[in-house]
Amino acid sequence: MTELLGWVPLFPFLGFLTLVLAGGRLFKPLIAWIGIGSVGISALLVCLIGVDFLNGTVPFYRLLLGSWIAMDDLSAPFGFYLDALSMTMLFVVAGVGFLIHVYSAGFMESDPGYARFFAYMNLFVSAMLVLVLADNLVLLYLGWEGVGLGSYLLIGFWYEDPNNGYAARKAFVMTRIGDTAMALGLFLLFTQLHTFDIQSLMRLATGQWAPGTLLPVASAALLLGGAVGKSAQLPLQTWLPDAMAGPTPVSALIHAATMVTAGVYLIARTHDLFLLAPAVQFAVAVIGTITLLIAGCAALAQTDIKRILAYSTISQIGYMFLALGVGAWSAAIFHLLTHAFFKALLFLAAGAVIYCFHHEHNIFKMGGLRKAMPLTFWSFIIGGAALSALPFTSGFYSKHEILLEAYAASPGLWAAGCLGALITGIYSFRLIFVVFFGTQSRTIEKGLGLSMSVPLLLLAILALFGGVLQIPLDSVFPVNPASSDALTLVSVITIAAPFFGLLIAVLFYLTHTFSSQRFANYGWARPVRKLFLSGWGFDALYDGLLVQPFTSIARLNKNDIVDRLYLALAWLGRELHRMISAAQTGRVRWYASSLVLGTVAVIALGLLS
Amino acid sequence: MSGVPMEFGLLLSAVLFVLGLIGLMVRRNLIMMLMSLEVMLNATGLAFIVAGSRWGQADGQIMFLLILTLAAAEVGVGLGLVMQIFHRFNTLDADSVNEMQG
Repeated sequence: MTELLGWVPLFPFLGFLTLVLAGGRLFKPLIAWIGIGSVGISALLVCLIGVDFLNGTVPFYRLLLGSWIAMDDLSAPFGFYLDALSMTMLFVVAGVGFLIHVYSAGFMESDPGYARFFAYMNLFVSAMLVLVLADNLVLLYLGWEGVGLGSYLLIGFWYEDPNNGYAARKAFVMTRIGDTAMALGLFLLFTQLHTFDIQSLMRLATGQWAPGTLLPVASAALLLGGAVGKSAQLPLQTWLPDAMAGPTPVSALIHAATMVTAGVYLIARTHDLFLLAPAVQFAVAVIGTITLLIAGCAALAQTDIKRILAYSTISQIGYMFLALGVGAWSAAIFHLLTHAFFKALLFLAAGAVIYCFHHEHNIFKMGGLRKAMPLTFWSFIIGGAALSALPFTSGFYSKHEILLEAYAASPGLWAAGCLGALITGIYSFRLIFVVFFGTQSRTIEKGLGLSMSVPLLLLAILALFGGVLQIPLDSVFPVNPASSDALTLVSVITIAAPFFGLLIAVLFYLTHTFSSQRFANYGWARPVRKLFLSGWGFDALYDGLLVQPFTSIARLNKNDIVDRLYLALAWLGRELHRMISAAQTGRVRWYASSLVLGTVAVIALGLLS
Repeated sequence: MSGVPMEFGLLLSAVLFVLGLIGLMVRRNLIMMLMSLEVMLNATGLAFIVAGSRWGQADGQIMFLLILTLAAAEVGVGLGLVMQIFHRFNTLDADSVNEMQG
């Protein structure tokens, strides 16, 4: 079965080509069949391959499809590499991707860009599959840029609004900063180790480089730059909240479940390199911790339903980075898996609310939807519970594992993680209480179709029971020596943290024991709220630090200051020309006189010197 | 051959040359300018002759013969041009036949 691996990214790509070339002429059901079917076939293949692979005994499987770049000692073939890690990612990308495609058929029903939407989505899925399957860094980079392109196209999907175009450009440019670092990392690795094949690279690096020396540190730091950009971590996180300008299924697929976790995948894939650079690995943990805290705080103050979820995505990826940083590789990937389930569920449920409310995003204009939208309500309850890691949901198992391993590495990181869990509890249930409880402000006219409710149901089941999935990642990652012992107190605090968050949310937003309005108007709380609402002012910071100086330089240079020098040269040449051409009068006697004058001058010069 | 000192001969030739030169620069009639040129050529020829006789060598006279032929050719071409200019412009004023705008 594993020979079919090559077809997995191909089907969505064929779907993309078909829809791009003929999409405008096809009628709607056929577009949906092509768009969803291509991903569906891939998902089916992934299931078959997965069953085969998990029942087999081989730890990894390689498939060489053909040569792509081959020059001298540089070779980057179309080669796929399947191990437990890429298998997990395949399940996420193809499985969750398929469910979101099915959902999109309903969500995008009345959109004029129906074919274009599915074409872009297929392109994205295809690129993402290439990314997770690539056996060399160049092919991985191809997929990496492919998903970036898909993300750009889909954020700016409703391009009539210039703001959406701006958000798309922002996402593209911000991730490009990270991608540049990553490309440099690739070059560094190649010049040092003369191969792009990931497995050989890791083997060679472990064999040739001493831990903590300059080369592994530099290359790991450069790869981390790429991961930080793609996964919206500090300091390149500001693009993700704006990326919510795209349609909601896009946010669910690209900006929650798959693309933004590509950075986590990259670090996990090259974990040997990070083990050689302990300083960088620690930086990963610190970046993750700071990000999860500031994004969690920012989520507390948002009023846009999708921005809350966007900040929570940044925060949850922060947890994954924390896990990677403390060496809890399997826990990070496990959290990636469960996060893909529950965050896709939350986004799709949010999409259902938005769909029924005619694209209303402000949660305070919703309210009392519990009765009107029971399925969405329960999806939100399950998703929110998994997001805040309440026991027995999928998110609990993964986050608990991360926090315990973080405690083993550094109690400080664990404490920050627990605080983050508390904040997660507050903002998740704040969202749920505000949207679904209280008085119903508006009536719902539209109901959810079958294509929207079935994916919600399936994802809800996955988000609830996804924690029992056991992916045999031990064949890929080194076993963490500091495995979690029965630290009862630590465990209890870790479990209790989200409950405290839930309690606070109940007091503020459900029973209204404390008024959030009054709280927000205290002297010190108002600027803090404003700070959180603006996402800690990073946009303003970058605007003042980079954008404004750049635009003022551009404005200064509007009249081409640099050109002045060359213009002066040209002017000098023209003036000299004018002077000399003035001497060419056509008067023979004048010529003779100047000849004489010249001769006299030359003779005088000869005599005098 | 030692009657006239070389310096006198060279001085004469220089005076003739400068006269020719001044004539070339100040006269506006093309015929007069041609004649000034002839004077200058002959001044140079004289310098050659004087130098040749000073060192008792034939080279100076040979050079003069060459200059004579050159002058003949030059006058031939020059007079031809003068004829043409006169035909076309009906004047021999060197300044007024100037057609350049610059």
